[in-house]
Amino acid sequence: MTTTLDPALNAAITKPRKHFRESFLGRLWTGLTRSPAGFAGTVLVLAIVLFSFVGPLVIDQHNPTDTTQIWTSPSAEHWLGTQYEGKDTFTILVNSGAQPIWVGTLAALMATFVAVTLGSVAGYFRGRIDAVLLQLTDVTVTIPQFLLMLAVVAFFEDIPPWGISIVVGSTMWAFLFRSIRAQVMSLKEREFVEAARLQNLGASRIVFREILPNMAGFIFVNFVISVNQAIYAIVGLYVLGLMPSGTPNWGLMIHQSWSQNFYLNPVALPFVVTPLIMIVLFTIGLVTMGRGLDQALNPRLRER
Amino acid sequence: MSDAPLLRLRALEQVFDTKKGPVAAVGGVDLEVKAGKVLCLVGESGCGKTTTARAAAGITRPTAGAVEFRGKSLTDMTPGEKTAYRRAVQYIHQDPYAALNPTRTVASTLTAGLKRHGLVKNRTEARAKAAELLTLVDLTPPESYLDSYPHQLSGGQRQRVNVARSLAMNPELLICDESTSMLDVSIRVSLLNTLGRLRDDLDVGFLFITHDLAVAKYFAWDGEIAVMYLGKVVEHGPTPEVIGNPQHPYTKALIGAVCEPDPDLARANRSSEQLRSAEIPSLTDLPAGCAFHPRCPAFEPGVCDSTEPALEGTGAAGGRRRVACHIVARDQRRESVQHAQSRDDRTLVLDPNKSPGAAWSA
Repeated sequence: MTTTLDPALNAAITKPRKHFRESFLGRLWTGLTRSPAGFAGTVLVLAIVLFSFVGPLVIDQHNPTDTTQIWTSPSAEHWLGTQYEGKDTFTILVNSGAQPIWVGTLAALMATFVAVTLGSVAGYFRGRIDAVLLQLTDVTVTIPQFLLMLAVVAFFEDIPPWGISIVVGSTMWAFLFRSIRAQVMSLKEREFVEAARLQNLGASRIVFREILPNMAGFIFVNFVISVNQAIYAIVGLYVLGLMPSGTPNWGLMIHQSWSQNFYLNPVALPFVVTPLIMIVLFTIGLVTMGRGLDQALNPRLRER
Repeated sequence: MSDAPLLRLRALEQVFDTKKGPVAAVGGVDLEVKAGKVLCLVGESGCGKTTTARAAAGITRPTAGAVEFRGKSLTDMTPGEKTAYRRAVQYIHQDPYAALNPTRTVASTLTAGLKRHGLVKNRTEARAKAAELLTLVDLTPPESYLDSYPHQLSGGQRQRVNVARSLAMNPELLICDESTSMLDVSIRVSLLNTLGRLRDDLDVGFLFITHDLAVAKYFAWDGEIAVMYLGKVVEHGPTPEVIGNPQHPYTKALIGAVCEPDPDLARANRSSEQLRSAEIPSLTDLPAGCAFHPRCPAFEPGVCDSTEPALEGTGAAGGRRRVACHIVARDQRRESVQHAQSRDDRTLVLDPNKSPGAAWSA
């Protein structure tokens, strides 16, 4: 089976053409920028991430307690006024974003990774491992998530942020596991998977390189939703006052506003409302971005 | 090449358990494919062609009987032999749209198997080999296809990529499951020509499944045709014999159903025997005796609905011709008796020049 090739062609053949539009990142980019909603969501998410991660490096971190400045209204010096200790509310707001975002993202990453790995293994191989994992998710799903988190957090008082990620992530993987497993079970009956099996490509290649890329959009969107859920859960724990109050945190701000009745004080309005606005904006941004991603990564939607 | 045929199906049976009861999709099929030769399986939808092909490709495990590759049964193979069989026998799916992974480029699809089986050393070599394969299936210039995704190709191009992928393994046997039926008629012939070149130049054997007798006639003229009906082979023989002188009533019906562009010929064909019923019996409730008898124009009560006819050699074409029909077998016995006893007043000989119905109704 040998055919001679035009040597001029050879050069073209040996170099893979890199077209940006067709690469994964390229598709991500076009998907995110093409629809106005997806673009707006991406901008919103990026803005809040920059605000929370780059912001603390830019602003003046000197924010002393000042008894003469307690609860002042917004001014040129204090954009969002000051809080109950006379500290600048805007500085606190900027410093409070990083933790919920990275802890939430880490939790979602862990949950998605576990769900995708176990889900595809269970869905592809079935049999005993599937039965065991399915039982495990049944148990996980039955346990009330928030109560479990409360119990764990209450038990380990000085829980580090990554510990919170694990706790939150461990309550979220089961649902995604189920849908991944179902999708793999459906995809593995497709003819291209059979063709790969007929070429003896090996189970791990078939699962991770033939099947999973077809679910990339689904996994990405679910990851984004998981980030959302995880941030809600973490902020919720802070609001309930169950977390160590060392690091500044939007959840902690809400907790203080609520437990110390700041919301009754009209001057305290910026302190009470801004963390809520940040969380709501970030959530909306994530959801709209997720929808844009879904379109970008789903070949059927992409074609339109 | 050794004397053992490339592929031999021995009393292959495939029974599926369903809620309505067991479905005997394939009920005892004996067939052979030789290197560089084509065996065409024809028959209407649901007659077990695909099930036979899937068992032959080792996708499904037959419930009874054996699939032998080079004289060795699949169930007796060592893992090493099984790997060799996997490489030597490739399967081309019917639907060119579903058989290619939408997320992978043509180059990636073609080189996956090459890389996996160590047939190429590095990426450059893999790409060169992929380009060579594309040239082999007439997708030229190859570099304009290598980085394409399946959705950017037409149906015919996709099916060529499918063929190229199976050729990457240097197969000895290609199992084509209606591989041309989803293509445009114009593209069909060129793909058939491509496959024909592989058969002639590379000595690839084919198990070619189709419901289109014209395709079978075109592609398997040097080979053999096996006509299947409800899970059984009813007629088997060299293609020119089966097409030109069909014996089994079902084969005659199939050939009579081929569209004829010439109106005069079409009218002449229409006068031939009509089926008694267009309804295909359910596989869960097969008729007693010959499965074809409720539809057969030559049906004789008491003969056809009592015992099942065996697939027996007719003696024609050097013993390579086999038919499963009580009436044909009886007529042939009488024919030989007639030859022995000079003449009988009743003509029971199957004379191709006369209307077959007249002979049967005698």
